[in-house]
Amino acid sequence: MSWFSQTLTSSIGKKLLMALTGLFLISFLVVHATINAMIFYNDGGETFSHWGHFMGTNPIIRTLEIGLVAGFILHIADGLILWKNNREARPVRYAVNNASANSTWYSRSMGLLGTLLLIFLVIHTAHFWIPNRSNQFATGEELNLYQMMLDIFQNPVIVLIYVLGCISLFWHLLHGFKSAFQSLGLNHVKYNGAISFVGTAFSIIVPILFALMPISIYLGWVN
Amino acid sequence: MPHLKVESDIKNIGMEGNMSLSLKVWRQSDKDAAGGFEDYKLAHVSPDMSFLEMFDVLNEQLIEEGKEPVSFDHDCREGICGACSMYINGRPHGPLRGVTTCQLHMRSFKDGDTIVVEPWRASAFPVIKDLVVDRDAFDRVISAGGFVSVNTGNAQDANSLPIAKESADDAFAAAACIGCGACVAACKNASAMLFVSAKISQLALLPQGQAERSIRAEKMVAQMDAEGFGACTNTGACSAECPKEISLENIARLNREYIGAKFSSSAV
Repeated sequence: MSWFSQTLTSSIGKKLLMALTGLFLISFLVVHATINAMIFYNDGGETFSHWGHFMGTNPIIRTLEIGLVAGFILHIADGLILWKNNREARPVRYAVNNASANSTWYSRSMGLLGTLLLIFLVIHTAHFWIPNRSNQFATGEELNLYQMMLDIFQNPVIVLIYVLGCISLFWHLLHGFKSAFQSLGLNHVKYNGAISFVGTAFSIIVPILFALMPISIYLGWVN
Repeated sequence: MPHLKVESDIKNIGMEGNMSLSLKVWRQSDKDAAGGFEDYKLAHVSPDMSFLEMFDVLNEQLIEEGKEPVSFDHDCREGICGACSMYINGRPHGPLRGVTTCQLHMRSFKDGDTIVVEPWRASAFPVIKDLVVDRDAFDRVISAGGFVSVNTGNAQDANSLPIAKESADDAFAAAACIGCGACVAACKNASAMLFVSAKISQLALLPQGQAERSIRAEKMVAQMDAEGFGACTNTGACSAECPKEISLENIARLNREYIGAKFSSSAV
């Protein structure tokens, strides 16, 4: 095995990959949340559609999108491999385990939270990204994503699923953001406070922003 | 002037055993046997006994009854050897922070308590008998590179090798690791990262450790993985349960040491 694949298949290497793809996906969330927040202009989707058109047609963005899909796949596959390896490291469980005395439940539940997010991701991409890209591929025309949002978020069950997805995202980020820095070895007394503060703020702001989108449309605040 | 009732006061200050306990202890005759919990009742337990002394009393009781005593690891009984290793009521070394099982006293429990005692659980730490697990995996990780292979001769003058105070302090704090394995026991992934990071750090921070710094990180991590320990999820359970309170900063340092070594050393 080459030194490179040896590194990436080691336990630390798998966590390095998890951290790098995780931070990459966090950078995607910034772009995704910013552009989608354009619906709050409440201008009939004009600003949102302008940026949506740019993201859907710009060749650089479309190339980066391949990287994004790869980032998702790596993060998910690596997470599943780690989950399997970590379970195998303790074949006999404890009869009594007071884990809450030494760690937070969400830091111990990244696999579960990640699985919930994966289920949400399938539902979410089936609503918007897959139909839009399929249509672009077939006809070259983009779908009216703004109108699709207005239609889809009339269903309270779907709104609830999206809110639950955002809650899972909150807990996943609350541990994942800070954990990524530790996995990269970036732990320094001068910067730990800033990493923790930005991580917590990001974990709260981004999911709330996302959750407000289906809620606002359902309640008719955005139309 | 309060009148002292001698008999009850003696009981209150614990001169005499006054606790009754129910114990659920993992019994397993050998490494291949199935194993299971056995229930025991203990009366007249003194609050001043250490947890291991309480087990000594249990074993005397079992021997008197003609039963097999419970096997458990112990040696120094003063918190410095790392031998004792009991998972008590769901936590390694019991409910207190910063102590080993031998430093835990029965005053941390209440009369009538039920205490569940299990061995460390990890595929890399197979049970040998009852509460005794095989921790040779740690020794093999150390053998892979946790040393300085130079002949140092006589100790040189203390001031001939300047070391920054901060480095000396951090190296000393890392060197406090007694290798008990509580970090592995506490971790949901049975990861040995805190142990390995302490052993890497104590040498990486000092001039004597520089010559083999890269190869040490590469070899020790390779051995850690080969032993079947899990990966680190950064839950912090290890450090919270560590009797020597080894810091999570060491794990970040291990990540830096390993990633740095892998991407820059000449070992291809």
